[in-house]
Amino acid sequence: MMKIFLPILIIFISITTGWAGDGPLTLESNKAAIDLVQSHADYMWTLIAAALVFFMQAGFALVECGFTRAKNAINIMMKNLMDFSMGSLAFWAVGFGIMFGATKTGWFGTSGFFLSDFTLGGDPWVLAFWMFQVVFCATAATIVSGAMAERTKFIGYLTYSIIISALIYPVFGSWAWGSLFNGNGWLESLGFIDFAGSTVVHSVGGWAALAGAMVLGPRMGKYAKDGTIKPILGHNIPLAALGVFILWIGWFGFNPGSTTAANKDIAMIFVNTNLAAAAGAVFAMLTSWIKFGKPEISMSLNGALAGLVAITSPCATVTPLSSVIIGAAAGVIVVLSVLFFDRIRIDDPVGAISVHGVCGAWGTLAAGIFNIGGTSVKIIGVQLLGIGACFFWTFSMAFIMFKLIEKTIGLRVSAEEELEGLDFFEHGGNAYPDFDVSSYGGIVETVKSYGKTSFQESVEKLKGLNPATE
Amino acid sequence: MKKIEAIVKPFKLDEVKDALNAIGITGMTITEVKGFGRQKGHKEIYRGSEYQVDFIPKIKIDLVVDASLSDKVVSTIAQSGNTGKIGDGKIFVLSMDQAVRIRTGESGKDAV
Repeated sequence: MMKIFLPILIIFISITTGWAGDGPLTLESNKAAIDLVQSHADYMWTLIAAALVFFMQAGFALVECGFTRAKNAINIMMKNLMDFSMGSLAFWAVGFGIMFGATKTGWFGTSGFFLSDFTLGGDPWVLAFWMFQVVFCATAATIVSGAMAERTKFIGYLTYSIIISALIYPVFGSWAWGSLFNGNGWLESLGFIDFAGSTVVHSVGGWAALAGAMVLGPRMGKYAKDGTIKPILGHNIPLAALGVFILWIGWFGFNPGSTTAANKDIAMIFVNTNLAAAAGAVFAMLTSWIKFGKPEISMSLNGALAGLVAITSPCATVTPLSSVIIGAAAGVIVVLSVLFFDRIRIDDPVGAISVHGVCGAWGTLAAGIFNIGGTSVKIIGVQLLGIGACFFWTFSMAFIMFKLIEKTIGLRVSAEEELEGLDFFEHGGNAYPDFDVSSYGGIVETVKSYGKTSFQESVEKLKGLNPATE
Repeated sequence: MKKIEAIVKPFKLDEVKDALNAIGITGMTITEVKGFGRQKGHKEIYRGSEYQVDFIPKIKIDLVVDASLSDKVVSTIAQSGNTGKIGDGKIFVLSMDQAVRIRTGESGKDAV
């Protein structure tokens, strides 16, 4: 009795209350209601994924902090805080329009600045899409702070953050992803595959990092005149490891979120992402074990990230088995690449160039090789074209930019600043004050002064105490 | 009075402290130090490059005792701090001029 009565009751109530929408229940109104639910799900998934990708900023901050020295911890945190914050503003004002605006040429967009596509009461999809895209832009931007750590002037880095978010990243992004919104890029028209951005995000960041590290020069004491490499130890390996785990979980927003739609495709993308990361970690560990005699933590951590970067481009168009192969190869490549850059005396404290630049290129190429729909010379050719175009655009623009910054406001800190630590000179602070002995047993006396503070006098006194010796 | 400085392996500290308590020693000060003797250092590896670590972490124990107790304290520390392996440490005995207890102002033997 209940089995018949209850459905009849529900249908009766829905017809009379118009539960499926206002007015009488029709096929059209039903479809519209179903489409609305799907649309809501699309928004939810896209924005949850955007939040996950935002959390990767914490991952980057912790990795970079853990792999560098304690005396620069405040500085690395400030740079990470600011490349996101200033980058967000720059992408809102200029970058999004260049990347996704309407375009005549297919080389850059010219509409949508300051989120002009959005009007109050209008379709808010542009807001969700912008939110998802801004965290991607910020990911590319924050890659560079690791390679340039421990010797970069803060003001120089702020300037870089604006330029990469407003110009360098969006222009290349428009070539590959413009048609995701109002644009239409020349590279994507050729069939370039880069689902979540091995090239668009990670290689852009990696090659900008290469340019920055080259213009800056190595940290003092890293490379001896006789050619030996002197390691500069990170001060907190657990923080670095936590950072990698946070990046890993963030990548579950980065890759599957790039569907910007709630559908079943995300399942395989999740699996591919995880398998590549795991394979990358294992094979980097094995490579370090064979080469150094012990499984090394920092290389293994880099390996996980390398796998993640590499799978970012092919994650939607390769099989899980291929993901394992792609990640494993990335794990081997990243170790060899880190050693290579050290040998040619390009100092990269966290391995950003190798993880993001080199493995981003590998992942983009792998997308062509392991493509589910089959591979061909043309497909691989387009992938290589995209890899090359990214390198050419990003590296030359970044190199010119860093050179200009160097010649104008200055890029590298002075020798005594680098020796004493950037926390004091750039930010007037100490990241771990409990580990220092200050007067009054930890209860610090504040100094009232007018005009020149005694802090500034301290700075002046310390400068000139340690003349530069290379 | 004698001041005894002992440098021991960090994981031996509790054993040494318990042994000293057992013979009636009521106070000591410890510092975290680094050093080497004939143990020398060792090589570690970071991101593919080797580096030498010369200074090994140790614990330095300072105590001030009446001269009559000095030999007993030295042999207690030597026994409880011993592992038989290289890097066990050293004990130094110095003459001590004066000691004062801050709370009461006592000095000399009453202060230790």
